[in-house]
Amino acid sequence: MKKLIPILLLTAMLCAILLTGCGGKDTLTLNVYNWGEYISDGSEDSFDTIREFEKWYEAEYGQKLKVNYDTYASNEDMYNKLSTGAVSYDVVIPSDYMIARMAAENMLLPLDYSNIPNYEYIDESFRGLYYDPDNVYTVPYTYGVVGIIYNANVVDEADAVDWDLMWNSKYAGNIVQFNNSRDAFATAQYKLGLDVNSTDHANWDAALAELKTQAPLIKSYVMDEIYNMMESGEAAVGAYYAGDYFTMLDAQSDSVDLRFYYPERTNYFVDAMCIPSSCQHKELAEIFINYMLSEEPAIANAEYIYYASPNALVYESADYAEELGEEAMEILYPGIENFSELYNEYAYRNLDAETLDYVNTLWEELKIA
Amino acid sequence: MKMKPLAKFYTVLVMVFLFAPIVILLVFSFNEAKSLSVFSGFSFYWYRELFRDSDTLGAVRNTLLLAVSASLLSTVMGTAAAVGIFKLRSKYLRTIMDTVTNIPMINPDIITGISLMLMFVFVGRLFGAATSLSFWTMLIAHITFCLPYVILQVLPKLQQMDKSLPEAAQDLGCTPLRAFFKVEIPEILPGIVTGLIMAFTLSLDDFVISYFTAGNGFQTLPIRIYNMTKKTVTPKMYALATIIFFVILILLMISNLFDSESAETVRKAKEKKSKKMKENTK
Repeated sequence: MKKLIPILLLTAMLCAILLTGCGGKDTLTLNVYNWGEYISDGSEDSFDTIREFEKWYEAEYGQKLKVNYDTYASNEDMYNKLSTGAVSYDVVIPSDYMIARMAAENMLLPLDYSNIPNYEYIDESFRGLYYDPDNVYTVPYTYGVVGIIYNANVVDEADAVDWDLMWNSKYAGNIVQFNNSRDAFATAQYKLGLDVNSTDHANWDAALAELKTQAPLIKSYVMDEIYNMMESGEAAVGAYYAGDYFTMLDAQSDSVDLRFYYPERTNYFVDAMCIPSSCQHKELAEIFINYMLSEEPAIANAEYIYYASPNALVYESADYAEELGEEAMEILYPGIENFSELYNEYAYRNLDAETLDYVNTLWEELKIA
Repeated sequence: MKMKPLAKFYTVLVMVFLFAPIVILLVFSFNEAKSLSVFSGFSFYWYRELFRDSDTLGAVRNTLLLAVSASLLSTVMGTAAAVGIFKLRSKYLRTIMDTVTNIPMINPDIITGISLMLMFVFVGRLFGAATSLSFWTMLIAHITFCLPYVILQVLPKLQQMDKSLPEAAQDLGCTPLRAFFKVEIPEILPGIVTGLIMAFTLSLDDFVISYFTAGNGFQTLPIRIYNMTKKTVTPKMYALATIIFFVILILLMISNLFDSESAETVRKAKEKKSKKMKENTK
């Protein structure tokens, strides 16, 4: 018995090492780095994007392909990993402000759009956005808009107007606010009609004053916890992304009736596919990006992630519209004709270090008070 | 022994804090719906989903592979190191060795992680590699933080061992090597096994160091779960956590059984010995 344990462990280890060792030399490898839970992965009978791409590639090019699919939790995590040069990825999907930063630091390669013919399905209003004004580096993947979610069993329909609902003292102790400085200050700035990318201290001071008047009404400052708090009815008012509202709606308890609306001014984001400078198979990466834009994977991903897609093959698809339902389509796609205008005006940009510092001091002041 | 009411209450309180989170996780892993607030019905749905998720299973496989290799290698290296330290004549040198081996244990994980990553990147650049992090660098990192725990388990067993035992074996004709394997190893085996189990569990649940040293295409389970925070963590993970909990529980029970058995044999052997000695003195 005593001798058996080490022997068993040793054989297990050898087997495992042999298993990982045999990749085969004529197999191509593509390294993809994406947010966790941000692709249709075959769970709950969905489309398994990565496996299907491998199959499709082999059928199309007669060459075996293995996709190494890794995930990250935040733009900053991804940035740190790439900037040390310790890893190399062929495709990454960062958010807008991070793309601007990476492009400025020469961490992205210009795309060869002739390898990405499906780019034609990306709507005109998603091209030339501030983070990539000349359309050199990016192919948009998803976009989203922040809106206000409320429990109609607690909140009076008539009170659900603009950002005022989050400052309404009738619902004191029922309101949740973002637990990160940028998002929290932005709610106040949008409410007051201020610029969220201002470097003017007076602007941020005004936002702080507004947040301080809101503070006594706040149940707590939350990020991910908002899901459970809204679903269970523990909180009745909060702001979050439209796509995430549907996740909550799916899981709300019987006593809760969640609703959603957009305030007049609000935050927009775009996540886009890029090729980082450490890429080793650029053409292959472009083929992958093109595949992600083709009908089946694009629709599957949009259905899985529940964020809006800038791809015409998705938002014009009758199947997709039916799957989501009328209400969801209206909320996710609130008219995108002037998206680029709204986006360039209201989306977050990288703040300079001095302003960031100042905002963080104000944020601490709010949290301590 | 009877417990006073207050002591009873206190024990229950401690148990609740320790196990309530696990019980909640366990219950909701059998939930039919996705929600954490409403239990809508019993089902194995999330377990089925889990076993269909090839990426998560891949991460489990990576984690196990890493934990098994790291714990075995660090046990061999750690035992050898402990024997070496034990045999050092100079007390001064021994103290130095003790301190040096303790540093990785006392060092915050985040510092160990960052410094290992920097070293791997530096060495990788030196050799002009495109990527410097891989399974092998992660293995080195895991061995690094497991080693001191193994040494810490084995060293006391060596000190408890009767020094004349290996000497006696050699007197009776054993070569030093044979004496080591036939006499010393069985004596310190409980320490080695405990060290192995500790190294295994440490490697299994390490997040911080793995996070910094993970390379292309080799992500462990803790990293995968952490990365799910853009969206919510799916109940698949509750199912997985429940399975892991029970596997660990069974392993723990086996190891405890093993421990008490060996303690029993040691006790019996000692009794025999003292009886014989008494008889001899009569």
